[in-house]
Amino acid sequence: MRQRSLIAITAALAAGALTLTACGSRDEGGSGDSSGGGTTVVIGVDAPLTGDLSALGLGIKNSVDLAAKTANKDKYVEGVTFKVEALDDQAQPSSGQQNASTFVSKDEVLGVVGPLNSSVGESMQKVLDDAKLVQVSPANTGPGLTQGADWQTKKVRPYKAYFRTATTDAIQGPFAAQYVYNDAKKKKVFVIDDKKTYGAGLAATFTDEFKKLGGKIVGTEHIDPDTKDFSTVATKVKNSGADVVYYGGEYPQAGPLGKQIKAAGAKIPLVGGDGIYDPTFIQLAGKDSTGDLATSVGAPVEDLPSAKEFVAKYKEAGYKEAYGAYGGYSYDSAWAIIEAVKKVVEDNDGKLPDDARAKVTETMQNVSFDGVTGKVSFDEFGDTTNKQLTVYSVEGGEWKPVKSGTYTG
Amino acid sequence: MNELPQQLVNGLLLGSMYGLVAIGYTMVYGIVQLINFAHGEIFMVGGFGALTVYLYALPDGTSMVIALPLMILGGVIASVLVAVGAERFAYRPLRGAPRLAPLITAIGLSLALQQAVWAWYPDARSAITFPHIDGGPFEIGGVTIQTGDIFLIIAAPLSMAILAYFVMKTRTGRGMQATAQDPDTAKLMGINTDRIIVVAFALGAAFAAVGAVAYGLKYGEVQFRMGFILGLKAFTAAVLGGIGNIYGAMLGGLVLGVAESLSTAYIADIPGMDQFGSQSWANVWAFVLLILVLLFRPQGLLGERVADRA
Repeated sequence: MRQRSLIAITAALAAGALTLTACGSRDEGGSGDSSGGGTTVVIGVDAPLTGDLSALGLGIKNSVDLAAKTANKDKYVEGVTFKVEALDDQAQPSSGQQNASTFVSKDEVLGVVGPLNSSVGESMQKVLDDAKLVQVSPANTGPGLTQGADWQTKKVRPYKAYFRTATTDAIQGPFAAQYVYNDAKKKKVFVIDDKKTYGAGLAATFTDEFKKLGGKIVGTEHIDPDTKDFSTVATKVKNSGADVVYYGGEYPQAGPLGKQIKAAGAKIPLVGGDGIYDPTFIQLAGKDSTGDLATSVGAPVEDLPSAKEFVAKYKEAGYKEAYGAYGGYSYDSAWAIIEAVKKVVEDNDGKLPDDARAKVTETMQNVSFDGVTGKVSFDEFGDTTNKQLTVYSVEGGEWKPVKSGTYTG
Repeated sequence: MNELPQQLVNGLLLGSMYGLVAIGYTMVYGIVQLINFAHGEIFMVGGFGALTVYLYALPDGTSMVIALPLMILGGVIASVLVAVGAERFAYRPLRGAPRLAPLITAIGLSLALQQAVWAWYPDARSAITFPHIDGGPFEIGGVTIQTGDIFLIIAAPLSMAILAYFVMKTRTGRGMQATAQDPDTAKLMGINTDRIIVVAFALGAAFAAVGAVAYGLKYGEVQFRMGFILGLKAFTAAVLGGIGNIYGAMLGGLVLGVAESLSTAYIADIPGMDQFGSQSWANVWAFVLLILVLLFRPQGLLGERVADRA
């Protein structure tokens, strides 16, 4: 009898545990200046502040914090002091949704910046939209978030309160395909993704464009993001004869994956999207990562004249973590909320109206200003009108911009 | 080119690591009938113990030839301390309690250990780079073997041999066998069963630490959640091989590893199955195999029917 009960326990625990990632969510109180009197407006931040993706998440949090501090210092909105409250979503949709509810329940929150992951974005949209609380994501690239599930055939905007400053995968994937095929002259690709909203979407749009251009897909594979052993996949890549690997996913898996593919003997570059565009990727992928490519939204922050000030201020503020891939976009996302609040306050004789949330959301649609990453404004779906993308390559242990441009279908 | 030899080697390497960790599950279960779900975290602590030695105890640039044995030692010490502490303070007070109480305690302990490393180990909030051995990879008859894997190839069979010798030949080892067969009679024969249980925890932890060093060398990183999925797989391996049987643990690990790698490599080639062949399905196939084995051999591959314990 003992054996049988053991089997039952095994099955139950294994099934439960495989789907459960044992993490609670932790609140990390954001810090904002509380100088000046008048009304306090809280900008919520939802991002992975701990775990694998925390490098990107902390960059988002710090950049929003910087935007709020700048607005307070310059007294940008008369009579309003901005505060930042950051919640950790650990890249889990369930935590993201809880955080969204937390923001909704706090009346002072008039806008939310985040999240990082498209899958988390999906879980937050409805909660925030129901409360007419505006959300601006600096990093979500899944096309469905703004254009509906059937975005390829019929674009319908699902939520009026959702905006983003990041370009979508509908543009990023094809942009990468064009670069790989036309500029890098690679014709045989092995496509891998992690089955998440972001990764699978990116891989699909890349695949479509690459085929259209005349390239050949020599293999596809979906990895399990919970494991670190990709040796089997690496062997398949090696034997497929591919001359390039495209990975739709994020750096915690992309690093070891790239490393193991090269170690298996396939000395071919790995190409990915903005999810692998992070210094941690190079650290995890090791020295063989030289020549690996990533596309990311916008032009390189360091090269934009508009961003010089941001970079300088960020350094001056002395944040422990780098601003990362989305720093500029996060700053602009927060600033868009600040602009909207300013407009709402000015239209209401210098005071916040009672239905401030709805007003801010309404106003957001027409916000337009020159931000860190260029001109910031939103189209009828809530997508950024800035469609710039850049290809980066790993050289000497760093990401170096190779080519910037806009994708034209 | 024929992919099979390489995929088999990939699977065997992964399986050896499962096996090293599975030993801990199987020994503890064999002696106290406790599924020590914190064992995955004991494995993780071993990885961090080894890393600590490398980062903080050794001067920069120490050759791996010198560093590796010290790192293993550091990992083993960390794992054994945590395991023995867990036994003494979490499990021993519950020895007379119903079977589910220590099981839940183990799950709680597992979460606590994860969070403790997350909170207190410097920079442990994301993956930390583990030192690697220079050189390689090696080509043997069309099979590529990474430098980091060499350690696993040597350590896994060696650990198994040491364990077999210990259990079969030494006095303490025979005491363990006796305790596993019948704790009460063993006690009457003058065996200090409390001590035997501590030894079982410590040995399992030591092998888990060796596995953790292998993990670090193989994947180049350690992180606070690394023991969760791997511990689960190792436990599966222990059940597959016949829980309570130390050879079964290693065999179960190898079978599981090979099943995962072959299902990733070949299921997609079966016509109509390409939906179900990618690596994300490997876990599903591994558990299908587990269920099949348990249907026909409920005691596991090498397990024995223990009539007097039902």
